[in-house]
Amino acid sequence: MLAEPGSGALIELMAVTKVYGQGAAAVQALRGVDLSIATGEMVAVMGPSGSGKSTVMNILGCLDAPTSGTYRFRGMDVGAMSRDERALLRRHALGFVFQGFNLLSRTSALENVELPLIYRRVHSSERRARALAALAAVGLRDWAQHTPAELSGGQQQRVAIARALVTEPAVVLADEPTGNLDSARGHEIMALLRSLNRARGITLVMITHEPEMAAYAGRVVHVLDGLVERDAATGGPSDAEQ
Amino acid sequence: MLSNSLLLAVREIRRNALRSFLTILGIVIGVAAVIVMVTLGEGATLQVRRQIEGLGSNLLIVVPGQRMGPGMRQDAPAFALEDIEALRRSVPALAAVAPAVTQSATAIVGNRNWSTSVTGSDNSYLQARAWTLAAGRAFTEGELRAGKAVCLLGDTVRRELFGRQDPLGQRVRLTKLSCEVIGLLQPKGQSGMGRDQDDLVLLPLRTVQRRLSGNQDVAVIYLSVHAERSMQRAKADVEHLLRERRHISASEEDNFSVRDMREIASMLTGTTQVLTALLGAVASVSLLVGGIGIMNIMLVSVTERTREIGIRLAIGAREREVLSQFLVEAVVLSSFGGLLGILLALAASLLLARVLQVPFVLNLGIIGLAFLFSAAVGILFGFFPARRAARLDPIEALRRE
Repeated sequence: MLAEPGSGALIELMAVTKVYGQGAAAVQALRGVDLSIATGEMVAVMGPSGSGKSTVMNILGCLDAPTSGTYRFRGMDVGAMSRDERALLRRHALGFVFQGFNLLSRTSALENVELPLIYRRVHSSERRARALAALAAVGLRDWAQHTPAELSGGQQQRVAIARALVTEPAVVLADEPTGNLDSARGHEIMALLRSLNRARGITLVMITHEPEMAAYAGRVVHVLDGLVERDAATGGPSDAEQ
Repeated sequence: MLSNSLLLAVREIRRNALRSFLTILGIVIGVAAVIVMVTLGEGATLQVRRQIEGLGSNLLIVVPGQRMGPGMRQDAPAFALEDIEALRRSVPALAAVAPAVTQSATAIVGNRNWSTSVTGSDNSYLQARAWTLAAGRAFTEGELRAGKAVCLLGDTVRRELFGRQDPLGQRVRLTKLSCEVIGLLQPKGQSGMGRDQDDLVLLPLRTVQRRLSGNQDVAVIYLSVHAERSMQRAKADVEHLLRERRHISASEEDNFSVRDMREIASMLTGTTQVLTALLGAVASVSLLVGGIGIMNIMLVSVTERTREIGIRLAIGAREREVLSQFLVEAVVLSSFGGLLGILLALAASLLLARVLQVPFVLNLGIIGLAFLFSAAVGILFGFFPARRAARLDPIEALRRE
C-alpha cells in the first residue's frame, strides 16, 4: 500500500481546485494548484489569510478532498479514496502539528503521544517505550506525566510534535506551529522541526505567515488567491537563525 | 482496542462522576423496579400456592346452592347428617368426610374477649383441612356423640385469650356456652386470600348445633380425596350421590356445588402471575425513560468533546472506531446502572418481602434479563450520539473550541 512509485515525488498536486458551498454562496478556495514535494524536503507554505493556504494543508493532510484535479500521495490518488481510506492513510503516513496544539486535555503528555499508536494497534508496552522515546526526542522526557494544563505553550507544542513523530510518518504537516508562541519559543520549535527533518529525513510541510519562520525551510511556496504565486528555494535549509 | 475503549469509557465516566451517576439513575430505578416487582410478585404467587396446599391436600368443598354471580347465592336447603353418612358409606375414594357449621362468636376468658369464628365438626375435619395438634388431644367418640362442651383452639385465639398461660383444661365462654379447652391447633398463618386461618375455635358438631345454631343443618362438607384417586372421579361421584339424595331430576341444575381447591389455587396463582407481569411491564417503561437520559447526556458529551473527536479523526481514527468508543461508553454507563439497580433491587426486595411477609424468591433469570436489557438500552440510545460523533468533519471539529 505504501510502496514508492516510480515518479519519485512524494506529494503531487495537479490542477487542484476546491470549492466550498454551492450555487451563489460558493467560494472558490483553490483555483488550480500545482505542487510537487519530494521525500525529505522541508517546505513552508506562506500567504495572507484567505489565500487558500489552509485549504492546501487540509488537502495535503487528507482531511479534505479536492473538488477537481488530482492529489497523488506516493502515487496513490487520494481524491478517489473513501473517508476511511483517507483516515488509514493519515494513520500510517502522516503526522499533524497544529497552531492550537490540540492535545487532549486532562490527559498526560505520555498518553497524548501514545494516542496515534493506539490506533495503530501497537502493544501497550511497546507503545509506552516509543512514546517516551518521542518525548525524549523533543526534550520532554521528564514531563511525561504532566497534563497539558501543567505545561507551557512551547512544551505543549513539543508534546504535539512528539505525537506527530511517534509513528515515524512519511510527512509531518504543521499548521502555523509557532502561531501561538512567543518569538523565542517559536524559534526553538522551528529549530527542533528542522533538526528532525534533517536527522530523520522526515518530509515537513508547514504553513506560516512569518518570514523568519519560513526561513528555516529549504523551500517557500507562496499562495495567493487560490493559486501558487511563487515557489522558490531559499538556498537550502537556512542556518541564518542560528 | 476494545479494552482500550473500556478503559477510556471508565475514565470518562469517572471524570464526570456526579453527572454520570445522575444519568444512570433512571436505569438504576428502572432495573430495580422491574426486579422488585417480579421478585415480590413471584413471592406472592408462591405464598398463595403454599397456603392453598395448606388448606388440605386433595380437598373438595361442598356447599349448598350455586354461585350465581358475585355475592349472589341461590337459596338451597342445607345438608343433613344423613348426607355425611351416605358419603362415607358410598364414595370409597374419600379419605375423610367432615361436616361443618360455622358461626361467629365472641370468646371470653376472664376479662379478655376475642371475636372469632366457631366451627362445629368432628375429627375428620382435622384430616380434611390438614390441621395437626400442637398440644392436647382431639375429640373422643363420646364427646362427639354427646355434644360435650369441649373445644380445640386455633393459635390466634389461644394467643389473644391466654397469652403465655397454658390453656389446656381451662374454660372458654362462647356466647352462652362454656367449654373446656382440650387441644391446641398447630398455627398455619395467613391464607392466600389474606384471612387468618388460625382464628378459629373447633367444637363437636352436635354441640354447635344444639347450643349455638339451634338446628340440625350442616352448612359445608369438607372432603379429602385419597391421594391415588382421581379428583375428577371423586367429584363426579359426590355430585351423583348428592343429586340423588336431594331428589334433583335430570333436567334440573344442581342446588349445591362441589369446589376443587386445586382449581381455585391455579386460578388465584394465575391472577397473581398476570399481576406480576403487568407490574413488571409498567416498571420496564422507566428503563426506557432512563435510556433517553443516557442519550441526552451522550449528546452533550459529544458536543463537549468535539475537539477531542477532531484530534482522533486527524490522527487516523476511522468512523467506526470513534463510533465504538462512544457506544462502549454508553453501554458501560448503562450496564453500570443495571448493576447498581440489581444491588438496589436485592436489598429492597429482601426488605419488602419481610415487611409484606411474602417469601423472597430469587429469580436469576429476571436479574440476568434486566441486566441485558440495561446494556441493550445503552446500545440503543448510545448509537445515535455515537454516530453523530463518528460522522463529524475533522476540519470542523478541530476548529471548534
